[in-house]
Amino acid sequence: MNLPQPSPPSRGPSFYEATARQRVNRLLDAQSFTEFLPPQGAHSSPHLALLGLPGALDDGVVIGSGTLGGKPVLIIAQEGQFLGGAVGEMHGAKIVGLLQRAVRDKPLAVLFLVDSGGVRLHEANAGLIALSEIMRAVLDTRAAGIPVFALIGGVCGAFGGMGIVSRLCSAILMSEQGRLALSGPEVIETVAGVEEFDSRDRALVWRVTGGKHRYLMGDCLALVEDDVEDFRQTTLALLAHWEETAPELHTLRAEQERLSQRCTQFCGLRDGLEVWAALGVPNPQQIPLLERDALVTLRQGLSL
Amino acid sequence: MDQLTFQFPAQPCKPSAKASLCGVVSSGNLEVLITQGAQPNGCEVSIHTSAQGFAPIWQAVLADFAAHHALGGTAITINDMGATPAVVTLRLGQAFRDYCGGAQ
Repeated sequence: MNLPQPSPPSRGPSFYEATARQRVNRLLDAQSFTEFLPPQGAHSSPHLALLGLPGALDDGVVIGSGTLGGKPVLIIAQEGQFLGGAVGEMHGAKIVGLLQRAVRDKPLAVLFLVDSGGVRLHEANAGLIALSEIMRAVLDTRAAGIPVFALIGGVCGAFGGMGIVSRLCSAILMSEQGRLALSGPEVIETVAGVEEFDSRDRALVWRVTGGKHRYLMGDCLALVEDDVEDFRQTTLALLAHWEETAPELHTLRAEQERLSQRCTQFCGLRDGLEVWAALGVPNPQQIPLLERDALVTLRQGLSL
Repeated sequence: MDQLTFQFPAQPCKPSAKASLCGVVSSGNLEVLITQGAQPNGCEVSIHTSAQGFAPIWQAVLADFAAHHALGGTAITINDMGATPAVVTLRLGQAFRDYCGGAQ
């Protein structure tokens, strides 16, 4: 029996599979990246050593400067493979320092490659304080007129405090593989029981936190392929016409109103499938199987 | 966590980079940083590993790598989270190749 062989889509290196350093080097213009506080200076966590855990030389985050399409940008990339990309004291201080530098140096944008489960519990209060400082620094950077883009497509997604940080950014770019939420699936299951949420049901996890769901809900501005080059091209396209405007009270109130209505509208629904049906998607079961382009077309057809 | 240090005699190498880093500290993986060391005819290795009691294995794996590569004049820093000897050798090879500019 001769089955037609589907031709694999021609894609570049996967964003999901890459390490933080590989993502940075492939996202920016070739050879343009300069790392701040490189690993040979060793800024690893003092807390982990006390707990008898090996630290990472960069404490799980790469920061630096480079160019994108010839324009200067600053960049942050969390390493999701090291302790789930979790934010500790040193990790957070590096991010805050970079954002403060952005306010001073006025780059075209800050690119924040988020890949984190949130706070690093080993560092407790120091990690929580670091997260709150990151939130403030993101808003300060935006208030100075510099856009901060969150790029989400790594192994850990963006959860906990890093979910909040992502939503504070000027815009979010996500791949289907990316996930964005507050409490992670395993946290919800631990607190509220498996009847509330089965964290081992991977398809369910993606239907309620994954990139496609976030795109349909309007939580991310752009849905991109799991390809570093597609993240790069989409970032370039968005930045070409971007105007960072300071948030005003009436726009924030309107957004609050929109989210409150959403909360009422979807209250009681237990699965992405039910939410998509409520959004007016004709055949919700097809969503997980759709290619990126088809999903973008579908969303444009919805009256959202 | 075990902290180990080793020294091996080795032929001097010709670095083309100031430092090279390979790998990530995650389960079954490790990061290897190679920088310039103090002894032109020796290599110093400093290890933090989450796996306790494997000093003889580290000694054997590193001695084997040092015997096959001109590591003289390097300092190697390793943060390990339970990598197997094969993965350790692989990361050492990647980092050393970067350090020497792909010449080896």
